[in-house]
Amino acid sequence: MANTDIIIHDEKDNVGVVVIEKITPNQDCNCWIMENDKSAKILSKSEIPLGHKIAMIDLKEGDTILKYGHDIGKVVKNINKGEHVHVHNVKTKKW
Amino acid sequence: MEIPKSFLGYKRENGRAGTRNHVIILPVDDISNACAEAVSNNIKGTISLPHSYGRLQFGADLELHFRTMIGTGKNPNVAAVIVIGIEPKWTKRIVDAIAKTGKPVEGFSIEGVGDIDTIAKVSKKAQEFSMWASEKQREECPISDLWISVKCGESDTTSGLASNPTVGNLMDKLEPLGVHLCFGETSELTGAETVCAKRGKTPEAQKKFMKTWSDYNDFILKEATNDLSESQPTAGNIAGGLTTIEEKAFGNFQKIGSRKFIDVLEPAEEPTKGKGLYFMDTSSAAAECVTLQAAGGFNIHLFPTGQGNIIGNPIEPVIKLTANPLTAKTMSEHIDVDVSKILSREMNLDQAGDELIKSTIKVANGRLTCAEALGHKEFVMTKLYRSA
Repeated sequence: MANTDIIIHDEKDNVGVVVIEKITPNQDCNCWIMENDKSAKILSKSEIPLGHKIAMIDLKEGDTILKYGHDIGKVVKNINKGEHVHVHNVKTKKW
Repeated sequence: MEIPKSFLGYKRENGRAGTRNHVIILPVDDISNACAEAVSNNIKGTISLPHSYGRLQFGADLELHFRTMIGTGKNPNVAAVIVIGIEPKWTKRIVDAIAKTGKPVEGFSIEGVGDIDTIAKVSKKAQEFSMWASEKQREECPISDLWISVKCGESDTTSGLASNPTVGNLMDKLEPLGVHLCFGETSELTGAETVCAKRGKTPEAQKKFMKTWSDYNDFILKEATNDLSESQPTAGNIAGGLTTIEEKAFGNFQKIGSRKFIDVLEPAEEPTKGKGLYFMDTSSAAAECVTLQAAGGFNIHLFPTGQGNIIGNPIEPVIKLTANPLTAKTMSEHIDVDVSKILSREMNLDQAGDELIKSTIKVANGRLTCAEALGHKEFVMTKLYRSA
C-alpha cells in the first residue's frame, strides 16, 4: 500500500485533507477515500500543510464545498484543481 | 477485543459509582473563595473549587448557578462536600439538595463570623471528612456505572478525520453495555444541525434539539458584531485547517458515532430517562462545557483535540486524545491517547476505539490523566446574563 498523502471522507467530496506534514507544489499525491476504501491521485498546485484542504476539482465562485458528503461553505474566489482551499477562498453560509 | 465488564470505582450511598474520591470545599459565591482556598490549604485531601459568580444572580441564570453547584456536589466522584457562602440561605439550599444523595455534606456562612473563625470551624469539619473519605476502598462496579461525557477542543481537520470518530467508535461499543453518554456544544453543531436533529430517538427529542439550537443561534446572531471569525472557528481551528463552522460541526458530530440521543438536557441537568446518549445544551468553550457535564453527574470525560487543548476539571477526569501527529509530539505531556496512526493508516478506527476503551477503564480505575498530573482544575460556571 502506497503512503497516503491525502484523505477524502466521502466519495461526493470535492476537497481532501493533507495528512502528511506538508505537500509541495507539483507533488503527485496519493489519496484515500474513506467511505469506499478507493484510491485516487492528484497533482498539487500549492504548498499545503498538514490538516489543510486541497481542491479535487476546479471550483468556481459560488460553488459549494462538499466534505463528509455535506455542504460546508461557499467558494468566494475561483479555485483550481490541486490548489489550497481555506479561509482565503471559502466562506461559511451561516454567519 | 473483549470489552471489560467492570471497573474499580467508589460506591456511593445513592447507588452511583465514582471514578474519583474527592472531598470538595465549594464556595457558593466569589467572595467566599478565600475561605474555601484557605481550608483546602490547611487540610490535605481536600480541594476547593473557586469561581467568579454567585451574587445578585436571578431568574434562569440563578437557577443554573444552583444546578451547577448542587450537581457538582452530587457527582459520584465526590465523597463529601463542604459548602461555604457569605450568607446562610443560599448555602442551605445547596447543602439540602446535595444531602439527598446521602453523602456527608455541611454548610457554613461567613457573615457575622468573619473569615478567620470560619476557616477554623470549617477546617475541623474538613479534616473529619477527609480522613473519613480516605478509608473508602475501590470496589468492582459494572461498566454501566460509567457516565461518559465528551467534548472536543482546539479541533482541526484531524479531529473530524480520526480522533472524534474514535470517540464515536467507543460510543458505538459501550452504549449497548448500558453506559450513560453525553455530548453538548450547541453552537458548534451549526451547519450540521438538521443532520444532528435527525439523531433524536423520538420526534420530541428531535423537536427539542431544533428549538435549543435555534434559540442559541438567535442569541449568537443578535450579539454578533462580525462573522464570528476567530470565535467559531477559532484562530487555532483555522491554523489547523478548519475553514468554516459547518466543517467544524460535521467533524464535531463524529463523536457520537451512529448513536441516537434520548433527550435534550438543560445545562447542568442530570439525565433521568435511563442509560444511553443525551445531548446537553452547552457552550462550546471547553471548561464551561465540561463543568456543566460534570454537574450533570458524568464521572469520566473524553476530550479529542487537534491543535492541543490542555483543559482539565477538578472532579471529572478528562482523558485527551489526538490524531494530529505534530500535537502528539510537541504536546505529549497533555495527550493520554495518541491515535495519529489512523492518518498513516497503520491503525484503523476499530483498533483506535479499543485503545480508547482500555485507557478509559485505566483512568476509571484510578490512573491519573495528563491533565490531573499537570494540575488542571478548570471550574468555570456558565453565566446566562448580567447580575442584577
